[in-house]
Amino acid sequence: MRALAPRGTGLVLVAPALVVLAAVTAFPALWVVWLSLQRRVPIFGIAEFEGLRNYVYLAADPRFWSAARVTLIFTVVSVGLELVLGLMVALALAGQRRGLRAGIALLLLAWALPAVVTAKLFEWLYNPAAGLVNYLLGGARLNWLGDPTLALPGLIFADVWRTMPFVALLCLARLRGIPAEVYEAAHVDGAGPVATLLRITLPLCRQILLIAVLFRTLDALRAFDLMFILTGGGPAGTTETFTVYAYRSLFQTLHLGLGSAIGVIVFALVMLVAWGYLRALGREGIAA
Amino acid sequence: MRRERGRLRDGLVLVGLTAYALPFFWQALTSLKPEAELMLLPPLLPSRLTLEHYRVVFEQSVMLRAMVNSLGVGAITTVLALTLGLGAAYAFARYAVPGKRFLLLLIVAGTAFPQIATVSPLYLLMRALELRDTWLGLILANASFALPLVIWLLAGFLSEVPVQLEEAAAVDGAGRLRTFWWVILPLMAPGLASAALLTFLFSWNEFLFAYTFTATEASRTVPVALALFPGVFEVPWGDIAAASMLASLPPLVLVIALQRFLLRGLLAGALRE
Repeated sequence: MRALAPRGTGLVLVAPALVVLAAVTAFPALWVVWLSLQRRVPIFGIAEFEGLRNYVYLAADPRFWSAARVTLIFTVVSVGLELVLGLMVALALAGQRRGLRAGIALLLLAWALPAVVTAKLFEWLYNPAAGLVNYLLGGARLNWLGDPTLALPGLIFADVWRTMPFVALLCLARLRGIPAEVYEAAHVDGAGPVATLLRITLPLCRQILLIAVLFRTLDALRAFDLMFILTGGGPAGTTETFTVYAYRSLFQTLHLGLGSAIGVIVFALVMLVAWGYLRALGREGIAA
Repeated sequence: MRRERGRLRDGLVLVGLTAYALPFFWQALTSLKPEAELMLLPPLLPSRLTLEHYRVVFEQSVMLRAMVNSLGVGAITTVLALTLGLGAAYAFARYAVPGKRFLLLLIVAGTAFPQIATVSPLYLLMRALELRDTWLGLILANASFALPLVIWLLAGFLSEVPVQLEEAAAVDGAGRLRTFWWVILPLMAPGLASAALLTFLFSWNEFLFAYTFTATEASRTVPVALALFPGVFEVPWGDIAAASMLASLPPLVLVIALQRFLLRGLLAGALRE
């Protein structure tokens, strides 16, 4: 078939997409590295090359390391909770005979909403005076988003609500693909529910869980909307991730060079994680 | 007995999932609460329901205009990404393209590019081309995540279409274009629908680019309008709830009416081997 195809047709078909991608993806990806090597303040027309000074500054910047800590906690705790809860929900839904569509709709809704809407939902739920969360806690007066010890857990809770369905639906697809005979055989062999879960279900879900971890980790490292709207990085920087710090530097304090440097670091982090996981998955025998 | 237990179990799971979606339902209820009862809890349920907040949102906020912007930007982004993406995916699947492996690797990597890293160069680009605060600027910015996603999804769906079908059509004397139009496209229809829905959804939900590249209601999208929802002295929780419901309309339709396509796209993106 390929031999029949006239030479060059392929290139003509690919070219329009590549031109657009070069302009809006590849070129900005390279340009941001160049920007990060500059002192650049657009409103004053300042643009001078200064090498690695932005990175040197960040290495000694407590705010940067605080953002690193918040990003790490947010990513690890969010993804961890999503995996456990997502798997539990998938197990609950796997045997569903009636109302599966409705169940999936209820689950998928949280994932499909704009993150800005989720932020508004939770801002209202967390309202100290009239929020549902405090009401359900028996009339507590907790200031969820204003208290430095509560804001990050509150943010993580909202993120888990939003993204757990993705993990659950991936696991559900895997679980429903396991033939019933596998479970019947286990039953005949006298395996109880716990042994079946640990020896059969979990090992069969291993690959899909690894894929879920990859996707969710990449998303958590890149997350911006939810924390930007819900807490804006506050109180006292306790929810300020790399992305929020980068945005504030770029467009609020207008240090385009410094903000770009943080962006480059997020970029490198994401690519490193993706590369590491793909290698791990490759060893597992999946070409992802 | 066993059957009844199964039904009970099914029912309990649904109740649990309804409770999971409670944050959304609570906001829906809030959007219908009279202003005077908003800050009172308990009682859980309002004394009466009102559409007053929706009236305020429609008459006094830019939400309606923002919905037009979001629909327009989302629709054009989707058509653009699907048109260019289908051509590219087809070429990758069926033709010899120089540097194919490298290009595909770049495109996969493109789906993981963090927007926070590309937002500053894109901002300068938009400024230089005077595309700030225009639909076109947003459409191009959205193409940066829509196009890699569409190519990735469609290349996967295309690999499921047997080459033999095209060969058979060729033997019957159909040209490549006719084969593509009459054989490939109909088979790809469900995949195209999935890719289109995901692209539209991500474009509708996109916030960082829209927040950065827009300045007025000429191009502000729904998430931006919601984020900047004005309050004079107090936060207008009821109006914000009503605006949130409007912003949730397309996701709701997708999840309820077009769930099959949405799921297919979501799973295909992750499970492709």
